[in-house]
Formats: sequence, structure tokens, C-alpha cells
Amino acid sequence: MPIKVRVPTPLRRFTAGVDEVVADGDSIKRVLEDLERRHPGIRERLLDDSGELRRFVNVYLNGEDIRFLNQLESKVKDGDDISIVPAIAGGR
Amino acid sequence: MATISQSSRRLRADANAEIVPTPRAQSVIELIGNTPLLEITRLTEGLLRPGVRIFAKLEGFNPGGSVKDRPARKMIEIGLARGELRPGKVILDSTSGNTGIALAMVGAALGYPVELVMAANVSRERKKVIEAFGAKPIYSDPLEGSDGAIRLCRKLIEADPGRYFKPDQYNNEANPLAHFETTGPEIWRQTGGAVTHFVAGIGTSGTVMGAGRFLKSRNPGVKVIAVEPDDPMHGLEGLKHMASSIVPGIYREAELDDKIPVSTEDAYEMVYALGQFEGLLVGQSSGAAMVAALKIARSLREGAVVTVFCDFGDKYLSTNLWIGWQEWRREHLQRLIRKWNVSASATT
Repeated sequence: MPIKVRVPTPLRRFTAGVDEVVADGDSIKRVLEDLERRHPGIRERLLDDSGELRRFVNVYLNGEDIRFLNQLESKVKDGDDISIVPAIAGGR
Repeated sequence: MATISQSSRRLRADANAEIVPTPRAQSVIELIGNTPLLEITRLTEGLLRPGVRIFAKLEGFNPGGSVKDRPARKMIEIGLARGELRPGKVILDSTSGNTGIALAMVGAALGYPVELVMAANVSRERKKVIEAFGAKPIYSDPLEGSDGAIRLCRKLIEADPGRYFKPDQYNNEANPLAHFETTGPEIWRQTGGAVTHFVAGIGTSGTVMGAGRFLKSRNPGVKVIAVEPDDPMHGLEGLKHMASSIVPGIYREAELDDKIPVSTEDAYEMVYALGQFEGLLVGQSSGAAMVAALKIARSLREGAVVTVFCDFGDKYLSTNLWIGWQEWRREHLQRLIRKWNVSASATT
């Protein structure tokens, strides 16, 4: 059940420069775990030591911020679209 | 016994004499600069050797609310003087916020239309302020960050080159020049020439390049240190991770004495601490600057470390900066309670 994940520029060094990858899982957490298996190193950029989403990382499920859904436990189904977006734009 | 160093005495005497308010102005543009320098004392208590002090230039006191008022004014002044900006032209640039606010403010005060390209994920307050000054925001893909905004801005200009004046803060020498002419001299005067270290975040690098250059011209021994995010994936709005970004044309790494990486989490917690200990609500780039300034200061036996707090924190209240604040506060209070040896019940 591949889920489409859009990857921001600063994380594309883990995806060989690709801006959209696929990963499997029935929740955001599972999808991120699978993402780490496919693209090692990406996890610690997204989650802190206790496994929570780092403060400056926003994850959108079909355009909805998962902090307003069920956080990392938010359910994901076939055809869903996930975007990872850093909370800032950089540059002044 | 702790002794007050020569440099500290000189500094205290001069620091009180220098800030003179502008008595009257005919345009907000005249009110740019001449910001106060605040010594950070409570947060640093017990952390520094007696001859070491930290000062922050409070750029939030500029009329547009940030350090960016300085380069915005200078770039537009020089554009007008060279005839590159003239009636009928639109001021267009890419910016994640503070430069946009500054350009919008200066444009409004001079009667020029302003259009700004920014990644769609910049904070809501910034978008509103820009619109309040009558400028038109144009949004680029949030996944592409500020580099995406730079590229979209280039495309707009290629499509209609005669229509726009692009201040181009990343490549315009007027940007560091503004700091060479104002920020640097102000710091020199406000510290009575006692500044030993200048620490500033890099976004375009205008502040660290321009003010650093001035301070070194007065005293080649002044160390100029840049602060940058520790990773390309970060949450420090306004700062750039140089190695993974489009390098600004005005950036000269060889002029820096050092570069200090700061983690987003450390910078955010420093913002919280500045609120609680100093009564100062600042943005995340100021938190990062303070983390680096403190790191430098703690390594010194004697010196005056000056850093720049680019803006105040009100326009970040809706951002991720404040996610996790409640947890921090609880943990922090627990630490304080242990330190002061009072019972938890006495504080509730």
C-alpha cells in the first residue's frame, strides 16, 4: 500500500535528490518508519529522541496538519498524500 | 576577589552617554537605526568570568520591527540615486519576511508599489503586516524554502524586466554597506570601542559582513563570528545553513573568524529563557544568536561580546517556536524549585 510522500529540499540529500517518494504503513508513524528503512538518516531529522515530531517539522496528511489530527498515530490509507514541510522558509 | 577589567569600566561609562533619541522626524525612514544595546545580565549570572559581558543590539526597536529596515532603506536610497528605481517601477524581491516588511514599509513611506515573493509557510503575522503596508505578497512552494522564492522571483523579472526594481538583498552590496555605515558604528560607540567579539546570525550575511567589516576597521583584533543552523533541516526562520543553500553574492566566508552551528531546539529554549530572565520576547534567530554569544563568552577570560537580536517575538507567536513551551516551562520550573530548595506546594 504505497503512500506518496513529498520531501522538502533540505531532506532530499537522503532521497537521492528526489522530491517525491513512496513508503508503506497504516499510520504516519509507520510510514515514517518505512521511510527510514528506505532512506536511512531521515528519521532523526523528523523525530526527536523520544520519538515525537520535532517542533519545527510540520507533516501534512492530505493538506491537514497532523498536529490537528491524531499526531503520529493519524491513520493513513492507500492514495493518501503526505507532505513534510519545515516550519520556516530560511533567508531573511 | 573579582575585579572589574579596564575594558568593562570604559564600557560602562560610555554606554550611558550615547543613546540620544531622535527629537522629531518627518518620515518613518528617518527613525531607522540608532537602536539600544542591552547588557544581558540575569540569564548569564554565575555563567561568565567577571571580566566578560554580553550585549545585545535590540533591532526590534526599528520602526519596521527588525534589523532589515537598515538594508531596505540603503538599497532603495542607492536605487533611487542611480535611477534604477524611478516613478512607474515596482519594487520586487524574494524574502521570507522581515526584509519584505521593511521594503513594504519604506515603499509605502516613499509612495512606491512593492511586490514580495515568499514561501507560503512564512508566519501568518508577517503576511498580514506586509499586506497592511499595501504590498502584494506572491507565494512560492513551501517545500522549496527561500531558494524556491529566489527562483520564482527571477522568473517574474525575466518575464517583464522593465517593470521592476529588485533590491536583491542577497547580492546587493548596499546591504552590508547599511551595516558598515550604521550598525557597526553604533556598536562601536555604544561599547566605547570595548567590543571584542561580534556574533551575528547569517541569513543574507549582510549584518555580519557589514558590521563586522566596520568593527575590524576600527580594531583588527575584533573577532567576527557567524551563527548558522546546525543542519539544512532546521526551524530557525531568517537563518541560512550556508553549505546547503544558494550562497549569497555578498557573503565572504574568509572575513569570518569563526562560524558557530546552533540547533533549533537550543535556540527555541533560549528564546523562552530570554523571556523569563530578561523580560525580552524575541524571535528564534535572536535565540540562536544568544546561544552562540553565550558559548563564546563562556570561553573567554575577558571581553565584551556583542550580538544582534534581529527582531522581537510577537510575530512568531503563531509559529512552531511555541510548540512544546508548556513542557519546557514545567521542566524548567522543577529545576528552579530544586535550585532554590523550596517545596513545590509553596509555588503553586
